[in-house]
Amino acid sequence: MQLDEFFVTGEPLIYAGMVSIVLVSATVIFLLTYFKRWKWLWQEWLTTVDHKKIGIMYILSALAMLFRGGVDALMMRTQLAFPDMNFLNSQHYNEVFTTHGTIMIIFMAMPFLIGLMNIIVPLQIGARDFAFPFLNAVSFWAFFFGAMLFNLSFVIGGSPDAGWTNYAPLAGSELSPGPGINFYLLGLQLSGIGTLATGINLMVTILRMRAPGMTLMKMPIFTWSTLITTFIIIFAFPILTVALALMTIDRIFGAHFFTLTGEGLPMMWANLFWMWGHPEVYIVILPAFGIFSEVIASFAQKQIFGYKTMVGAIVIIAGLSFVVWVHHFFTMGAGAFVNSVFSISTMMIAIPTGVKIFNWLATLYKSKIIFSTPMLWSLAFIPSFTIGGVTGVMLGMAAADYQYHNSYFLVSHFHYVLIPGTVFACFAGLIFWYPKIFGHKLNERIGKWAFWLFLIGFHVCFFPQYFLGLDGMARRIFTVGPEWFTLNFISTLGAFVMGLGFIVFVHCVIYSFRFSPRDVEGDVWGVGRTLEWATPTPIPKYNFATLPEIESHDALIDMKEKGQTTFDRNKLEPIHMPSYSGKPFIMTAIMFFASFALVFEWIPVAVIGLVGIIIMMFIRSFDYDDGYHIEVDEVIETEEKARGMTDE
Amino acid sequence: MEKKQNKYPINHIIGFALSITLTIIAVWTALSSDLPVMWIIIAIMALAVIQAGIQLFMFMHITERGATHAPWNMMFHAFVIAAIVVAGSLFTMSFGFTHDHGGGDHQDDSGGAESHEESHDDHEGH
Amino acid sequence: MNEHKTDGTALEYSTHQGQMNIVGFWIFLAAEISLFSTLFATYAVLFGRTAGAPEPAELFEAGTVLIMTFILLTSSFTCGLAIHNMREGSLKGLMVWLVITLLLGLGFLGFEIYEFVHYAHEGATIGSSAFWSGFFTLTGTHGVHVTLGIGWMIAILIQLKQHGLTAVTTRKVFIVGLYWHFLDVIWIFIFTSVYMIGMVV
Repeated sequence: MQLDEFFVTGEPLIYAGMVSIVLVSATVIFLLTYFKRWKWLWQEWLTTVDHKKIGIMYILSALAMLFRGGVDALMMRTQLAFPDMNFLNSQHYNEVFTTHGTIMIIFMAMPFLIGLMNIIVPLQIGARDFAFPFLNAVSFWAFFFGAMLFNLSFVIGGSPDAGWTNYAPLAGSELSPGPGINFYLLGLQLSGIGTLATGINLMVTILRMRAPGMTLMKMPIFTWSTLITTFIIIFAFPILTVALALMTIDRIFGAHFFTLTGEGLPMMWANLFWMWGHPEVYIVILPAFGIFSEVIASFAQKQIFGYKTMVGAIVIIAGLSFVVWVHHFFTMGAGAFVNSVFSISTMMIAIPTGVKIFNWLATLYKSKIIFSTPMLWSLAFIPSFTIGGVTGVMLGMAAADYQYHNSYFLVSHFHYVLIPGTVFACFAGLIFWYPKIFGHKLNERIGKWAFWLFLIGFHVCFFPQYFLGLDGMARRIFTVGPEWFTLNFISTLGAFVMGLGFIVFVHCVIYSFRFSPRDVEGDVWGVGRTLEWATPTPIPKYNFATLPEIESHDALIDMKEKGQTTFDRNKLEPIHMPSYSGKPFIMTAIMFFASFALVFEWIPVAVIGLVGIIIMMFIRSFDYDDGYHIEVDEVIETEEKARGMTDE
Repeated sequence: MEKKQNKYPINHIIGFALSITLTIIAVWTALSSDLPVMWIIIAIMALAVIQAGIQLFMFMHITERGATHAPWNMMFHAFVIAAIVVAGSLFTMSFGFTHDHGGGDHQDDSGGAESHEESHDDHEGH
Repeated sequence: MNEHKTDGTALEYSTHQGQMNIVGFWIFLAAEISLFSTLFATYAVLFGRTAGAPEPAELFEAGTVLIMTFILLTSSFTCGLAIHNMREGSLKGLMVWLVITLLLGLGFLGFEIYEFVHYAHEGATIGSSAFWSGFFTLTGTHGVHVTLGIGWMIAILIQLKQHGLTAVTTRKVFIVGLYWHFLDVIWIFIFTSVYMIGMVV
């Protein structure tokens, strides 16, 4: 292979990308060396099995990916507003919309939510850590290396260009030769393994590590939504694993699953992809619903309205998510009967979702609302998401869908559900739990600026796209006629306002890091309802010294009434902790190596990597490290210091 | 009393004998009986489900306490999902059996279209 | 030793971590069912798409498949006996039955490799047609699982030799047992829906 085939050449934007990657890497290496932080990096972060630290790494990675995906989006919007400028050519445009979609769903939305789950769920149920802390580290690093592999395609080998749905036969080896699609297949495969492992891990954690007295119906709603999400992950992700594997076999080993020759069936890819893909949509929306429920109940200072119906609605949505996948390809031609069945099941989803919307409204009704930043994000979610949901019902009608399919109406619809749903929830959740994670609040004034810019930018960007779609503008085209200029231009303006909102948010994080007063209270906002706010801030590494008997889903409210804390001197015992380990990082690094070899179809090298993975699994199997204990004295010392009970 | 039963692995032996017997019945049904194809498929799939049940209940101790009810709960849902995935795929992709042959075949060999025709007829038997 | 014999307090369940590992593995098996069902669905949808390559009914041999099935069913039985011995507190019995299970698994693999080579000689490979891609991927995935199971059992046998019957080793044996029985469940469905139906239709 020639070097110029290995590296992507001839594109000024990509040269800029290479330069920035080299500069950023060099800066990071220099800073780590200059401040002698390599050992610190390894000991505190790369080998950690602490769910709080892993959660922070998830969120940081997700924010970096949000930036990358956001830049992709701005590049596309620039091209569409000024198509004559030839900012992007058709190939580059294809690559950009592919990476934008894939990164935003797989490497931004999911890790962001999984990061919040990582930190918050064990705290909400009163657990010391995950059920399998080692596996949790493996999951994170698998996601991280998967994301790295995918992003590497930008400068090495060429990006995938068949859309985030990667439809066959376009993505097959005849029509898309070269490593681009392989990056997609293996990057997703690697991070998908991590997601599946997290799903199992979180489910066992929630089922087996709850505080005494916390029955399922006394769990906070975010934990409930996480539990149901893990259920979807466990059953949906293997389908993706298989679909990706089949296409990899098609491309690298010459099978005929999705090819035009050998009687392959290209639409089987669409079928398998969406059998995972639709549940995936709920994997990113259900935790978001959970976050909104927590934030709304907290800042409305009221118990969540209809707790049981909330739980029921989540369960029904999860069930329905597995029987609606065909609505993504009504136009395939499966026939009127098939389409009707899936049309009806699709529209049924509106019912439990509607129940949830009304429950949130009823929670707000006659309550004393505190308009904090997380609350603003949550309040903006309700109407914005409803617009997306209602247009979803329009798309769900199979006959009408032939008109909307693959137009900007669809593009607008899914951005209207994913941005107010998932992205707003990520911001709301991050800002809400930020003081618990980092020990200080984000600046409210700057945070509100970020919110308003992002919200207004969002509507300006995507509302015109409904009309562009109805007017016939198709998605995934890189030139548009002059008759669509005005609306496209407005949309692009909105996109840049959203970008500005993101920059203001980053500024808010940096500003708050430097100037915000440090919080030492457990219940930082003063409105907390659940167990995570009962811990001191910053949270001790063992989370809870002791736990009271839980009697309702608003555990902290009860504890406050009874004057209980998570530090009861009479109940103290040594706390068992897992040891840190470098094996997850090394194991997934080898997986990365093997996947990278497979991308370029260097089979012998990939086999070497595979052998390495098996050796690592053997080593892990013979690892009888049982962790260590934190003694009672140390717990007392930590808690007294954190709760300000020491005699100064 | 419990101990007496446990000493001799009677459950395992019954399970083993049953699974061998059921396999032989399945082979006989498939290869030697004169049932219509449709009924053969239904019968042997039913036998497979029973055998899976034997493995789960007699060998894997799915009902064993000491954990939670998660094992059988998740296994139950897994079988529901499996049914959705398999039946749903066949349902959705069934157009491939009826619309796709004739002009739709791109391969150059002449045998392809013919064999496809056969499989089409067979699938109507499902 | 008596308390080890009743279900709830068997040694593998005696620690909280042990219980969680077993529950977690059951959940993993649920995910595996989803994985295999996708492969079954692909196989079923692509059924009959042989594109001029040999038809399944021409190649499938009832004899070979039946032997493979009996080997795997027997290995599942011996694996059950291994767990039974473990609960009786017999390390030797456990190891003997586990080795027998392992050898039967190797026998199964031998037959499967023979079968694949035979089909390849007859002109049916993974690249022959959509149907054969589906066939080899489904049965091959099961075969890879069996291979991993054998390697895993070897690792656990060494650990049993090192540590004897402890809460950790019994948990590992129990989990690999679950895995082995599960592979048998999958094989029953492959046997039925691939080989039997393939020979009938």
